[in-house]
Amino acid sequence: MYAVNFLILAAVLFSTGVFGVIARRNAVMVLMSIELILNSVNLNLIAFAMMNNSPEGHVFALYVIAVAAAEVGVGLAMVLMIYRNRRSIALDELSVMRG
Amino acid sequence: MSSMLGADVNVAQNVGFYIVAAIMVFGALRVVSGRNVVHAALWLVVVLGGVAAQYVLAAAEFVAISQVMVYIGAVMVLFLFGIMLTRATIGEESDLNNKNWSIGIPVSLLLAGTLVWVIVDQYRGEVLSSPDEPMSTTAISDVFLREGLVPFLALSFVLLAAAVGAIVLARKD
Repeated sequence: MYAVNFLILAAVLFSTGVFGVIARRNAVMVLMSIELILNSVNLNLIAFAMMNNSPEGHVFALYVIAVAAAEVGVGLAMVLMIYRNRRSIALDELSVMRG
Repeated sequence: MSSMLGADVNVAQNVGFYIVAAIMVFGALRVVSGRNVVHAALWLVVVLGGVAAQYVLAAAEFVAISQVMVYIGAVMVLFLFGIMLTRATIGEESDLNNKNWSIGIPVSLLLAGTLVWVIVDQYRGEVLSSPDEPMSTTAISDVFLREGLVPFLALSFVLLAAAVGAIVLARKD
């Protein structure tokens, strides 16, 4: 199996996630696009671990999974708070940080 | 065909890779382009499951199991809760995108082109040797509990802080 297979798949997923972050207006959709980006990075880490036949890439991927879980928890809590205060989670309407 | 495949290339692994990769790319495009938030979340499940399948193909069993448990088991439930708690309308929504969302198309195409160019330039022809057996959990835990011990403990505090912070943020008071 060629190394470019994994890396190009990860690059395509990354670009798709970046498009989602730019294009989406709904905060939950932006968080989903960020998950796409983080998963593409993980795919790269696993591919490099396979290339070097070392466990460090797996360890980094597990760190990224844990940090992504924490990020989603805090991010969705923030989205819920914003929705409760403003009745909307459209990101382009969030021009003030005050609640 | 034989000139395309090196001596070290496993055909079944490649066929599995391309099938799963096609499903993943299609699912990712549906995630960022769909009009229905719940359908986007379910397509994201497809993409995350595909990533887990790619981990299995890459002999990363432990990471694949963690991916299934954490992402498909926990993160997607959080997402569906977030959608249900914040959605005003049921079904399709027309204002999911920004007004000038189309600027994302050239940006992402440029990014993808640059990345693919750099990757192909650097790694063309490099074959990943298929390991005889998957990366053992023992090897991973050795790294976690030796060199990676301090980041591992720091990570547990990050998770604790995130859990407490999420409760504080989402609490009604």
